[in-house]
Amino acid sequence: MSRFSRRLAPLAGVAALSLVLTACVGTTQDSASDSSDSGSRATGTANPDAPITEGLKVAFLPKQLNNPYSDIEVAGGETAVGEFGGEYKLVGPNDASASSQVSYINTLIQQNQDVIGIAANDPNAVCPSLNQARDAGIKVVTFDSDASKDCRDLFINQATTEGVGEALAKMTSDQIGGSGKIAILSATPNATNQNAWIEVLKEQLASNPEYANIELVTTVYGNDDDQKSFQETQGLLQTYPDLKAIVSPTTVGIAAAARYISSSSYKDNIVLTGLGTPNQMREYVKDGTVKQFALWDPTDIGYLAAYAGAALASGQITGAEGETFTAGELGEYTIGADGELVLGPPTVFDAANIDQYDF
Amino acid sequence: MSSDLATAPAGPTAPAPQSGSRWRELLANWDTAIITLTVLVLIGASITNPDFGSSTNFTFLVLDLAPIFLIALPMTLIIVTGEIDLSVASTLGLSGAAMGWMWNNGFTIEMIVPMCILLGALLGALNGFLVAGLGLPSLAVTIGTLALFRGLAFVLLGDQAVSNFPRAYTSWVTGTVGDTPIPNLAIPLVILAVVFGVILQSTALGRNIYATGASATAAKFAGIDGNRIKFWLYVVAGAVAALAGVLWSLRYSSARADNGSGLELSVVAAVLLGGVSIFGGKGRLLGVLAAVVLLATLQNALRLEDISNEALTVVTGVLLIVAVLLPNVLKIVRTSSQRRKAIRAL
Repeated sequence: MSRFSRRLAPLAGVAALSLVLTACVGTTQDSASDSSDSGSRATGTANPDAPITEGLKVAFLPKQLNNPYSDIEVAGGETAVGEFGGEYKLVGPNDASASSQVSYINTLIQQNQDVIGIAANDPNAVCPSLNQARDAGIKVVTFDSDASKDCRDLFINQATTEGVGEALAKMTSDQIGGSGKIAILSATPNATNQNAWIEVLKEQLASNPEYANIELVTTVYGNDDDQKSFQETQGLLQTYPDLKAIVSPTTVGIAAAARYISSSSYKDNIVLTGLGTPNQMREYVKDGTVKQFALWDPTDIGYLAAYAGAALASGQITGAEGETFTAGELGEYTIGADGELVLGPPTVFDAANIDQYDF
Repeated sequence: MSSDLATAPAGPTAPAPQSGSRWRELLANWDTAIITLTVLVLIGASITNPDFGSSTNFTFLVLDLAPIFLIALPMTLIIVTGEIDLSVASTLGLSGAAMGWMWNNGFTIEMIVPMCILLGALLGALNGFLVAGLGLPSLAVTIGTLALFRGLAFVLLGDQAVSNFPRAYTSWVTGTVGDTPIPNLAIPLVILAVVFGVILQSTALGRNIYATGASATAAKFAGIDGNRIKFWLYVVAGAVAALAGVLWSLRYSSARADNGSGLELSVVAAVLLGGVSIFGGKGRLLGVLAAVVLLATLQNALRLEDISNEALTVVTGVLLIVAVLLPNVLKIVRTSSQRRKAIRAL
């Protein structure tokens, strides 16, 4: 053991010396903030009347293949590409790690695609490749998760953070008659989406006089794991016997909570709401465990992304704020600030309409 | 077990094949076979897919294989000594996370890079101490540190991604030499490959590494301090993995705690496919590097042909099983034919 430490001493000495030497002059975060040379590239003029070019090659690159949610999203893209007579392609990694999408983008550049629709696993890791794609004339539309805004043409946002947060607050208040204790069952403590929605929900509760009698007692985390979410639900109901509602803004969480509540004595005494998919929640809506929950239609996200990409590639739009185009059956959309397109407010599902949806 | 496999891919200490059976030659020259296969795949891919041979695709290919190539260098030496290091990808991740954390906290990039490499060396020293100093099994130790280092990476950076590294650095890592398609990154890769190759194949230290892997006891009686060699190999592996972590963060402009997760399996796969015996004592660096290129080329080419991910994984898996199985099958074939000959001679 001492042999090792004797040998490590000179190594540490050299390292310390090199640190002192390099610490005097060098590049820090502050001195390196000159890194934005490729801003928005909405150049050229748009011709709103241009027809969609025949045979556009449109490739979709979700966060990860074989993920049920993104499968539905890209299916919408496939429908749209079929409608305007393009060539649809789906590629993607098996894991949703930060850099795994890069080599797929590189391949798509080699294959001369016209449009790439991507849900970025990391807003920056994909940037150099996406910009290479755009240099090669490929239009880049992000959906679901945006890439840094200087490396894509448009971003399809499923809903605004405010829209979702407000819908959560309203659904909850409506169902508990505007007063009582509520709790949140979220995904992971650092899930960006979830936290942003919860933040809006809290602001709503604090600022809107209609919600003055609603008290948020706690937020628990099911880590988007079915079993953990199930146990957390159980724990919530035992800890707070007078709880009026559980709000779960995650599809995994709300389904697990519904499964527990539907088979427990709490059924009919507790309101469960949040964000879920109609197929997962159908049986719980039918048996009365859940009255109302919400979600955007993921099919429409891919559908809108495909039309937006086609409109870009055909010259109908350039990606500048205020331009409009028609996205097939979804109708007309206007590009917002920073090249963002908002799909629309989330759809609220209940016993009356749930059978119209299949995803 | 290891002495049984003495006719598998031959390192300098393995006895040369005695007679000219074709199978035996193939066995003795696993690296020749894998290099030939690699060249064939490269030629085949260029012919069948015009996009494959393009200069940008060449650049992408080298950038994609760089981290596996780098880490495979020390990994080959470690596996030749009969040990393994599964914590390398976690070291890569922790080094990236440390880099991001330091960058966020106002350190200079010129200071961060050597500190990350030093950190990697220290993490390697921990592995080396546990394996060589305390004599614990390396598989168990490095599965432990695999989890430990990755966990520390998440403690440091959470799910945050740090990305605003200086452009001069990020563009050097993704850039090419002048107008050629040769990535800048290829230069350090080639230099390191030569250094590791010379050490393993042409120095006394290299011979000692083979001897330690072939039989630790015999090596000890020959006056070779196998534990000292192993300790320093782990230190080097840690430093190289950390360097790979720095390059990874710069290449993707994204220092994240989950960088490179699962990479250790690709590295071990390449080393084994390259003809290194998992039991130690045999294998050459050239074969390993050919295997790294082979696996990366297959992936790149099949992707250009729109072969699905699942099929890709299957191809890699089959290649590996064949690589591990073939030498053993051939050995059985050979011993049984020898036995027949011996019986006939009676």
